[in-house]
Amino acid sequence: MKDALTTFTRSRIFWPVVALVALLVANTLKTSSFLSVRVQDGHLFGALVDIARNSSPLLLVALGMTLVIATRGIDLSVGAVVAISGAVACSFIASSPDPASPVTVLTAVGIAVGLSLVLGVWNGFLVSVVGIQPIIATLVLMTAGRGIAMLITGGQITTVNSPPFKTIGSGFWLGLPVSVWIAGLVFVAVAVLTRRTALGMLLESVGINPSASRLAGVHARTLIWTAYALAATFAGIAGLMISSNVMAADANNAGLFIELDAILAVVIGGTSLAGGKFSLSGTLVGVLVIVTLTLTVTILGVPPSVTPLFKAVVVIAVCLLQSPVVRAKLAARRRPAVVAPVPAKVGA
Amino acid sequence: MVSRKNARHRLAGAFAGVAVLALGLTACGGSGNTDAGGDADAGGDSGSGDLITVGFAQVGAESGWRAANTKSIQDTLTKENGFDLKFSDAQQKQENQIQAIRSYIAQGVDVIAFSPVVESGWDAVLEEAKAADIPVVLTDRAVDSEDESLYVSFLGSDFVVEGEKAGQWVVDEFGDEEINIVELQGTTGSAPANDRKAGFESAIEGHDNLKIIASQTGNFTRSEGKTVMEGFLQANPDIDLVYAHNDDMGLGAMEAIEAAGKVPGVDIKIVTVDAVKDGMQALADGKFNFIVECSPLLGPQLAEIVKQVVAGETPEKRIITEETTFTQEQAKEALPDRQY
Repeated sequence: MKDALTTFTRSRIFWPVVALVALLVANTLKTSSFLSVRVQDGHLFGALVDIARNSSPLLLVALGMTLVIATRGIDLSVGAVVAISGAVACSFIASSPDPASPVTVLTAVGIAVGLSLVLGVWNGFLVSVVGIQPIIATLVLMTAGRGIAMLITGGQITTVNSPPFKTIGSGFWLGLPVSVWIAGLVFVAVAVLTRRTALGMLLESVGINPSASRLAGVHARTLIWTAYALAATFAGIAGLMISSNVMAADANNAGLFIELDAILAVVIGGTSLAGGKFSLSGTLVGVLVIVTLTLTVTILGVPPSVTPLFKAVVVIAVCLLQSPVVRAKLAARRRPAVVAPVPAKVGA
Repeated sequence: MVSRKNARHRLAGAFAGVAVLALGLTACGGSGNTDAGGDADAGGDSGSGDLITVGFAQVGAESGWRAANTKSIQDTLTKENGFDLKFSDAQQKQENQIQAIRSYIAQGVDVIAFSPVVESGWDAVLEEAKAADIPVVLTDRAVDSEDESLYVSFLGSDFVVEGEKAGQWVVDEFGDEEINIVELQGTTGSAPANDRKAGFESAIEGHDNLKIIASQTGNFTRSEGKTVMEGFLQANPDIDLVYAHNDDMGLGAMEAIEAAGKVPGVDIKIVTVDAVKDGMQALADGKFNFIVECSPLLGPQLAEIVKQVVAGETPEKRIITEETTFTQEQAKEALPDRQY
């Protein structure tokens, strides 16, 4: 028990979890009803449900980003893919004769996710086959992508009125938001695929040393290609959630800077940008920290002019506490107090 | 809907939109199309008798509001109305806009009009226009030049007045009732956000029953408007009114209110600024309560100013766009022929 605790306090995920708990405590101190969840109109309602629902699109994007980063890559284009996916789905639904029909919505979802997959394949092709640096390869789509989204929506904010489409972003199933179910399902699927099969290890080996893995018989090219394809597909689903959440496609603002939030979530979760070892649960915690932080700004009433500073301070604090150098310094300072557990660990 | 028809014409607009990424939007500002139309007859007949030649340098095509603005100008300054319009799109870049103005000076147009993409850095080119004796009219946005003789008139909205109109409605509507107000601000530091906030506050000043209990930025977007409103609803159980600096944030707030099991427009009232089509629809549906218009339809007033200038008269230095306000009943009437 004590061992498990020590392992946990020493893991990289420890400080992000502390930060998350601290944010929740701060919100609860400010608003005592913060943690309460009640049933309303047959589904759960409360701040925690809001956090879960607002985390879903970012979690999807961050999951894809984790896989890409594990291969030593980075995908800057996910925000643009979010905008394109939402734009395609909303334009299709708005121009169809029967926006409320489930068939229309399913077709729109199919087209949007399919197109996202194509964009991901394009990114993967540039990186794994052509050999362009990931940051440059995906920068192409990051800048051009919003142009494509603007082209699709004609520069307007395309508003749709379609109950089945609304379900994706704001609907509920068995008391929980549909978007949480979708993101949860994808998370579990990725976790099982990477941790219950050799896939995760192969991805890490590619990230740690691409040439060595290739010589060892790992299909590095296919793996990298797949990672980018998945990242864009997940971003496409996130785009559907984001546009469905407000029932409109805003080519300019949908998913704006979400790639940075996703990278931040991955980093907070303890995955190194240098590639290799990755942590999916770390990414999940990172996402929750970022989304809770945004809500905290509103709940605590931080003035808008200092909001970016407030967020930056929290993020810097978490990153510093995680860094090996700072942790070593802190541990050294505390060493006398830590003497007791050390023999216990040796004994075990 | 709109998307398919003009898709091709909007290719340029789409790429211009990329530049918007970096620039952020103004309140009214939004994103739209680039009609290359105006340029088609530019080379032709500058000497043609009675037509007044106007060179217009547009900011770009960053929003629906801007698209409506461009259309209004192109539809008003037509040959039938006695104008020869030379139109250019600066794609959000000051250097493009300066270049366009220089080319208008070289062509010797009668009047130059433009919406400055940024406030500063115009003195040199405006001096050139002045030296060439070509009067300049500013539309929608101002320049910070100290020498006011560099332009003849500035036509645009007064964001402070917009905020005051919204605040005045709240004062008139609620009388002595205790009202808790939450405010969704525009992009932090932008002129429309600052001014609409200041105007609203000055209008409700002295009415202690009207309290702004929370105020946060929603960046003029629907998504952020919704997220911030969700936070407000969790932190404050008894909100009576939302004041949003534009329609889009109001629409986001409306979604959040519905998700919280309350009825927007009844349990929590919504007041916004802009009056774009989606906002007017919500107002007509009874989900919004009041909208202060921020009109992009500057064409007719611009035509009036240009005629005055050419006739040798001196127009007012500062002309406020003719703007109205809408209640739910007025929205139902106005909605069918809304242009944007």
